[in-house]
Amino acid sequence: MKGTFTLDGSEVPFHEGQTVLEAARDAGRYIPHLCAHPEFEPHGSCRVCTVKAEGRMAAACTLPAREGLAVESATDELRELRRGLVQLLFVEGNHFCPSCEKSGDCQLQAVGYALEVRSLHFPQLFPDRPLDASHPDVLLDFNRCILCELCVRASAEVDHKSVFALGGRGIDKHLIVNAESGRLADTSLSVTDTAVGVCPVGVILKKGRGFTVPLGQRTYDRAPIDAPPEKAGKP
Amino acid sequence: MSPAELSQLLHRHHGDPNRLLQMLREVQAAAGWVSPEVITELAKGLTLPRARVEGVATFYTLLATRPRGEYQVLFADNIIERFHGSVALRERLCAALGVAPGALRPDGRVSVGTTSCIGLSDQPASLLVNGLAIARLTVERVDAIAALIGQRAPLDQWPAELFHVDEPIRRAGLLLGAHLEPGAAVRAALARSSEALLEELKRSKLRGRGGAGFSTHDKWRAARDAPGPTRFVVCNADEGEPGTFKDRTLLRRQLDAVLDGMTVAAHAIGAQRGFIYLRGEYLFIAPAIEAALAARRAAHLLGRDVLGRTGFDFDLELHLGAGAYVCGEESALLESLEGRRGIPRRRPPYPVTHGYLQRPTVVNNVETFASVAHVALAGGARFAELGTERSTGTRVHSVSGDCARPGLYELPMGASVRELLDACGAEAPIQAVQVGGPSRTLLSPRELDRALCFEDLPSAGAFMVFGPQRDLLEVVASFARFFAHESCGFCTPCRVGTTQLQGAVDALVGGRGTRRDVRHALRLCALMRDASHCGLGTTAGRPFMQLYEKFKPTIERSLSSLEFRPTFDLDEALAPARALTGRDDERAHLEDP
Amino acid sequence: MKKLKVATASLAGCFGCHMSLLDIDERLFTLLEKVELDRSPLTDFKQFGPCDLGLVEGGLCNAENVEVLRELRRHCKVLVAVGACAINGGLPAQRNHLDVRECLTSVYGRTVPDDPELPLPLDRVHAINDVVKVDYFLPGCPPSAEALWHFLDDFLNGRTPHLGHGLISYD
Repeated sequence: MKGTFTLDGSEVPFHEGQTVLEAARDAGRYIPHLCAHPEFEPHGSCRVCTVKAEGRMAAACTLPAREGLAVESATDELRELRRGLVQLLFVEGNHFCPSCEKSGDCQLQAVGYALEVRSLHFPQLFPDRPLDASHPDVLLDFNRCILCELCVRASAEVDHKSVFALGGRGIDKHLIVNAESGRLADTSLSVTDTAVGVCPVGVILKKGRGFTVPLGQRTYDRAPIDAPPEKAGKP
Repeated sequence: MSPAELSQLLHRHHGDPNRLLQMLREVQAAAGWVSPEVITELAKGLTLPRARVEGVATFYTLLATRPRGEYQVLFADNIIERFHGSVALRERLCAALGVAPGALRPDGRVSVGTTSCIGLSDQPASLLVNGLAIARLTVERVDAIAALIGQRAPLDQWPAELFHVDEPIRRAGLLLGAHLEPGAAVRAALARSSEALLEELKRSKLRGRGGAGFSTHDKWRAARDAPGPTRFVVCNADEGEPGTFKDRTLLRRQLDAVLDGMTVAAHAIGAQRGFIYLRGEYLFIAPAIEAALAARRAAHLLGRDVLGRTGFDFDLELHLGAGAYVCGEESALLESLEGRRGIPRRRPPYPVTHGYLQRPTVVNNVETFASVAHVALAGGARFAELGTERSTGTRVHSVSGDCARPGLYELPMGASVRELLDACGAEAPIQAVQVGGPSRTLLSPRELDRALCFEDLPSAGAFMVFGPQRDLLEVVASFARFFAHESCGFCTPCRVGTTQLQGAVDALVGGRGTRRDVRHALRLCALMRDASHCGLGTTAGRPFMQLYEKFKPTIERSLSSLEFRPTFDLDEALAPARALTGRDDERAHLEDP
Repeated sequence: MKKLKVATASLAGCFGCHMSLLDIDERLFTLLEKVELDRSPLTDFKQFGPCDLGLVEGGLCNAENVEVLRELRRHCKVLVAVGACAINGGLPAQRNHLDVRECLTSVYGRTVPDDPELPLPLDRVHAINDVVKVDYFLPGCPPSAEALWHFLDDFLNGRTPHLGHGLISYD
């Protein structure tokens, strides 16, 4: 089955089983998102892709495309809502962009830029999240985790290792690794694992690569995340 | 736990990963906590990634992944309990035991913490000790508990009276007034074909009692029509909405009606297995349920060929939760039932087609199954005579708060709020009534003629009365704390928003709030309502929003007169450095404007 | 046309934002035709006078930062948080998960100086909007000269500033 729905008034084609976000992406239309990734089953946790479909809010990454569905995305209301979500992600963790080697390649930043998020608005929580530098090739800096679960999904579904999982609940939810010691060095993670490359922010970092591309010349310095596909920064 | 004990445990649960939560509960009960070594061994035994087992163990409030002592005391921290002095009682117990709130005593023997409502708001204050409920706390009872812990008396040697839970049924109707023979409704159902039974259910117009009010007939028919040979019936007894306790009473006083209802459902949809998912806080009800299940197996009301009907095989298992309000959401409940973290699934697909183990599953509330038994017995038309056009039958209300007679009131659907207030002897003048718990409706005194039914005030049965002396801001702060504690953390708006809202409301309660805090809070409420993944998040902002809409002066009165003031106490922020340097000069202080 | 009065302050920052302001190069002349600088690290005046615009670099690390910030807020109509530190505490806030007492004793040992001339540190580093009302936020570490100029040009010409791609950055 094929069909079309409308995104902000213009038509987007889709085929059977696609979500609104997938069809929009195929059509070169950008809907801001963080936890969705073309290679993994969507789960809809970050909510940054929230759109309005026939009067109801829904995450575009899990909303099945349907013939004739009228979807709003680029409205002031939704930009304001997404700004709020991005601000909540920033105040939840410890995001010190100037000292982060992922800066410029970070999707949280890039989405913040696209939405013109200039302040945090909410009080910062400043959680205490120690680093894990135990692994010879990979560093984990939990301070920047946005709990998108992409590494969890990649490690389980692609690498078949289940190195990562989530522990805790609510605001105490956090990324854990598959070892009684809690140390990455004691897991089966290898630097070539898909899970290592999939982090949209600066949690999972390959050691010894930090500043090979200077700040100012990185992915989202060159082109914004919401630019047309031929120009847009690719992570 | 010794390796031998662990291996017995795994064996008892057939090494079934779906039973992981049940195993973790048993470890907790036996060892007092779930140690890292046990997590590793369980993961090995179940061939699960260790991190997955750890993820489950750290999700549920009633499981401890750090030592919490031989005696783990958790006070219910519901607002009703607070209004009955739970904070002072907790402090008294802590002082008597020499333990800091929330911490483990240095000798490792005891800890005293808090948890959400444990379903005893009709007999506050209340607590759990090693998972077992103690109600009607007084200074004397707290002192007795302190003495028993001081003597290291084993729990089974504590006076039984201490653990007695009342069931104050103030008004009984169709459900609470019934005297059903075990199996009577099953017999009546088996006299009809499953199709005829579904028709009766349709005639009854019964709607789910969990709060959303979905048509029970439509749900059952969808599950029956879903493809595949295996079907499940699940009873949602994870009654976690603060101020609700009617399922507790139904399970203790009308258990056979509930079990009959589940068996009737099995007949109607063609299910072979069922589960009762009982909230962990109701551990004290578990033995009676297990006994009833055994009795029903003996009476051929469960098992192979139920009541001699060839091919009607149906059995029930009891599963216990472990402290997670979100598991009251049916898809989170199913996740939990499968031994995972209680994260609500994305929908569609719905449980009627992809439920337990992705098979067609009917999940209904305790009260719904009890009602089903009466539909099966007396027919749908009789049932539909009660209540209103679109809300048939009766509703059991859990009444607590400022009234002379808290307890259970079963009224026909559609009764007015005022009627229930009169019945329970609410203290005049009423300041407010919270109907359906924090996730539903805060009523002002102008709304007392509203009707308790799906057309007007849908409710999961909680009814909290607030008299004139109560600070509604404190009520809303308590609800904000509840949602922050119970958020599963899956989606951004609820995970971070509930904590931020708690902060904003606490600022108002503490007298530091400004109009900016009110604006922040309202923005958070809207964000959670519009963007959350499940009902917990979408409703978490309701208490504050309704307070703002209906009781604005309460908020206004709490505001600091300034448009802006610092978000923290400036002078207090210098205190650590002052202490360290011993300075107290003028420049070592900052004035609050 | 009457010149607009502008004050600037550097709190717990590195002066990088001020350097970036100087980086607008020859546009400084255009700017100085329209504005007059009040108290600022660039003028060395000791007191703030009534101002139209206040630019704040740096977050709040200690009591003195708080006093300077409040003083500036009292004197200016529009207050702008310039750079990461003013907006979210910035790099100094990386101490926020530590106890300030431990920070001090690990630096000074047992004898933490008690000289009243030294500003006392706050228990945590704060963004400036935790203490005063902020009217606009200009992120970056530092915001680029282009971003600063873009903002000032919009402000001086009565437009609402917007920061598009290349002008908004957090690093």
